[in-house]
Amino acid sequence: MLTKRAGLKLATALAALMVVGSAEAAEKLRLLTWADYVPKDVMEQFTKETGIEVEVTLSNNEEMISKLRATQGAGFDLVQPSQDRIAGPQTEFGIYKPLDLSKIKSDQFIASMLEATKKNTTVDGKVYGVPHIWGTDGLIVNTKTAAKVADYNDLCDPAIAGKASFRAKRPALIAFAFANGMDPFASYNDPKAYTAMMEKVGTKLAECKKNVKFFWDGKDQLLNAIRSGEVVAAMAWDTGGWKLNSESADIKFVAPKSGALGWVDTFAIPAKGRNDDAAYKWINFNMKPEIAAKVAATAGNFTASNGADKLMQGKLKDQFAESFPKAAIDNIKWYPAVPAGIEEIEGKILDRLKAGS
Amino acid sequence: MTLCIGSVMAPSTDLDIVRVTKRFGAHAAVDDVSFSVAPGEFFSILGPSGCGKTTLMRMIAGFEHPTSGDIRIRGQSMIGVPANRRPVNMVFQSLALFPMMSVGENVAYGLTCRGVSRAEAEERAGRMLERVGLKGFGERRVTALSGGQRQRVAIARCLVLEPTLVLLDEPLGALDLKLREHMKIELKQLQGTFNTTFAYITHDQSEALVMSDRIAVMNQGRFEQVGSPRELYHNPATPFVASFVGETNRLQGEASASNGAIAVRLPSGAVVQGQGRAGQAALAFVRPEAVALAQDPSLLGSLPNRFEGRVSAVLFDGAASSLLIDTAGFAEPVRAVLPQAGPLAGIQVGAPVHVGWTADAMKVFAA
Amino acid sequence: MMQKPAQRLTLFLLLAPAILWLGLLIVLPHVEILVLSFSERVAPRVYAFGFRNYLEFFTEPLYWRTFARTAFMSILVTALTLVLAFPIALYIARVAQGRVKAMLLLLCLLPFWVSELVRTLGWMMLLRETGVVSYILRAVGAADQPVELLYNDGAVILGLVYGGLLFMIVPLANALESLEPAVVEAGFDLGGSRWTVLRRIVIPHAMPGIVAGCIIVFMLTVGNFATPVLLGGKNGLWFTEQIYAQFITRFNWPQGAAFGMLLLLLSSAIVWLGLRLTGQSLGTTLKQA
Repeated sequence: MLTKRAGLKLATALAALMVVGSAEAAEKLRLLTWADYVPKDVMEQFTKETGIEVEVTLSNNEEMISKLRATQGAGFDLVQPSQDRIAGPQTEFGIYKPLDLSKIKSDQFIASMLEATKKNTTVDGKVYGVPHIWGTDGLIVNTKTAAKVADYNDLCDPAIAGKASFRAKRPALIAFAFANGMDPFASYNDPKAYTAMMEKVGTKLAECKKNVKFFWDGKDQLLNAIRSGEVVAAMAWDTGGWKLNSESADIKFVAPKSGALGWVDTFAIPAKGRNDDAAYKWINFNMKPEIAAKVAATAGNFTASNGADKLMQGKLKDQFAESFPKAAIDNIKWYPAVPAGIEEIEGKILDRLKAGS
Repeated sequence: MTLCIGSVMAPSTDLDIVRVTKRFGAHAAVDDVSFSVAPGEFFSILGPSGCGKTTLMRMIAGFEHPTSGDIRIRGQSMIGVPANRRPVNMVFQSLALFPMMSVGENVAYGLTCRGVSRAEAEERAGRMLERVGLKGFGERRVTALSGGQRQRVAIARCLVLEPTLVLLDEPLGALDLKLREHMKIELKQLQGTFNTTFAYITHDQSEALVMSDRIAVMNQGRFEQVGSPRELYHNPATPFVASFVGETNRLQGEASASNGAIAVRLPSGAVVQGQGRAGQAALAFVRPEAVALAQDPSLLGSLPNRFEGRVSAVLFDGAASSLLIDTAGFAEPVRAVLPQAGPLAGIQVGAPVHVGWTADAMKVFAA
Repeated sequence: MMQKPAQRLTLFLLLAPAILWLGLLIVLPHVEILVLSFSERVAPRVYAFGFRNYLEFFTEPLYWRTFARTAFMSILVTALTLVLAFPIALYIARVAQGRVKAMLLLLCLLPFWVSELVRTLGWMMLLRETGVVSYILRAVGAADQPVELLYNDGAVILGLVYGGLLFMIVPLANALESLEPAVVEAGFDLGGSRWTVLRRIVIPHAMPGIVAGCIIVFMLTVGNFATPVLLGGKNGLWFTEQIYAQFITRFNWPQGAAFGMLLLLLSSAIVWLGLRLTGQSLGTTLKQA
């Protein structure tokens, strides 16, 4: 008798849960994105205007793709991978849904950036991504203790032995390839040539390893180490550099001689997203200049929203101007779409680097 | 001269306990105890649990240290000598065999600790096992032995070291009755064969009486009496010894001297005659086997203590059977040996009977 | 002896949660991982059955070397943990009484009330160049420059030993507690020195506890992720990092699955070898644990 009654209770509870669950799902946008891309006030304003609640999950490129791959594109309604990480995974795993461009207000975007992103995220004639936030990878340098650091190769200078850092991830390979006179993007579709190039870069990085304090993983870990002086120069995102620059003028973000690496984070819709309407609403809402300016300020980066730059605060503009003279802007290397299989080649090089053999 | 030196070199005792006291806080577990044990003697310490006998034994073994006094083995003071350096070995209550070793390894353990080579230790252990009747058991696990066999391993493990003194801490306690009776005899025989000095502690008076050459009765940290089993049984020095060693009838009353004996007046007004010394209050003891029984009172005519009673219970226990007799003027029934031959054989509950005993058989003490 | 249907149903209902738990959470995922590990990528979204993922482990020195290193360091960590835990367990089991005993066990347990990540971050605070230890070393004049104690194998071993200590102490203390005091006394009484008693009586008695503790610590260490990643920094890769990398950054699930199966198999083989070498059976060990 007891089990019967308990079973009934359980069933009732489960049913209630399911009802609540489905009732909420109708009003919810499940967003998989980066830290600082969804300021609280922006989220609240969106909910007020549309009645849709936003549920945010923070992640990075690799985890976004892994998560979607695990569910074959379910679990989220909108994701924000970088533009170079859409075509490859889409070909390989089919985790995204083509965008209905008619539902996106294209005049809210900087036209050239929208076109470039569309081109990079096109698979079989269908577009999978539109741009949102962009920024660069370059060098954060403590100009007092490491004034000479002006390019990626300078991280390997014995003068700063044990006080340099970079991520043991693909941007480091790309950056050091450029710094050593190679063009990795040109060999993207030639696995053999690309493997040979990466082997060379791997050797270079292995030599450089003795200079490295640690391969940084989390942004805060790196920023703390630079603040305390344990690290004096590192390859990192511009936004971190400018954040530290605001705290201490000695620390600057430097566009490397061989070129900063330009990235664009996008909006893309997962293959099994349940609430596309809400997703398009969020995109259009976010690209409004006044909203985009707010988001860009929190993220510390720039937006693909047309006209938002006029609304941005002066400080970031000044920092950008200092880090990026005209020539440096022209020299930014924008990531082309990563073809399938590239990660595997790079992965082995990175593993060897980390294993130290 | 030589003779004199010789006597100093070879003392006539194996163990001397000299005014040993052990205190745990304010409580004296062992209180100013002295005694000596002669070579080859089977010496028992008998007492109820908590009397301090285990503490005393652990001090001899070296696991506890006396608060004051001296412990000498063959004249050598053991104060400050650790347990593993004393020529004393112990058979533990639980036997404490090493379960991780085979029977042979258990016996050889002590030898290897002394630096005897492995081969020789094994050989000597094998010979020792043979002597205690466990030939060929060397490879077995100790868990695969019977209670009696384990007992013998525990003793062999000590004897193989040829110690001056073997201490035995109630080693028969865990055995069943039949085996215990058997092991009593076996232990005594072993001790005789090896001619080793045994110090044995027990709360079981029968074990002590059967095996010992001498017994010390211990109570509340002190020795009440030291003597041979017969002395203790027949001439107890204290009321405690009288009641603790063997079965007895215990009477309480007021003493008054009367021609060469002591008369004790019981609360009921009845008077018994006994031997001993007492002040005003007195305790009188008489053994069940000293109580004579007769249906005809005239047969007890010569006895100074004669009473009339009725059988209230027959406690049949073979040779140890007894009768309880409700006796006029006695608070407790009188215990007597159940007659199993002669005119009173087959006596039943409710039967009237006369009891009597001599004044010599009744020991009187000051209460 | 037929059981009544109602009784059988009750039995089934009672066992159902356990069976579900075993089946859904343990057996099923492993089966899936196993199946996944045998799939080879032919072209985008096209996979075939094959052993390439396993071959990759043995042909690419990087991978088996990483495993060998992980296994070797885990054995080292296990041995160090044992050496450290033994006296502590001995004290808890044989010396400490009543409240002191409970206190000591609680003290061992305390670090486990925070997550592994927090514990590891705690070590980072202590060991980093601008950290507490470096500061103290300078303050007492033992070093004239900030000392970096992080990001090396020593730091990884320290963190792993710390994390394994409790799992060694508990089975050890358990095993030692069941050792009858009289047996130890008999060891001394028959002439054994402290070392002899320890070697011939205490350690053999504690053997099931030692083996249980070693298996637990070894498996936890081999499978650890956060500690080697955070404390190891740039030097050396832990095998779990390799699995993580295959799954998450390389999107190569079949390879990661093969590595996962290999980790399970190879570490089990090491445990089996350890049991054989010490002459212990898994049965008695599990009883102790």
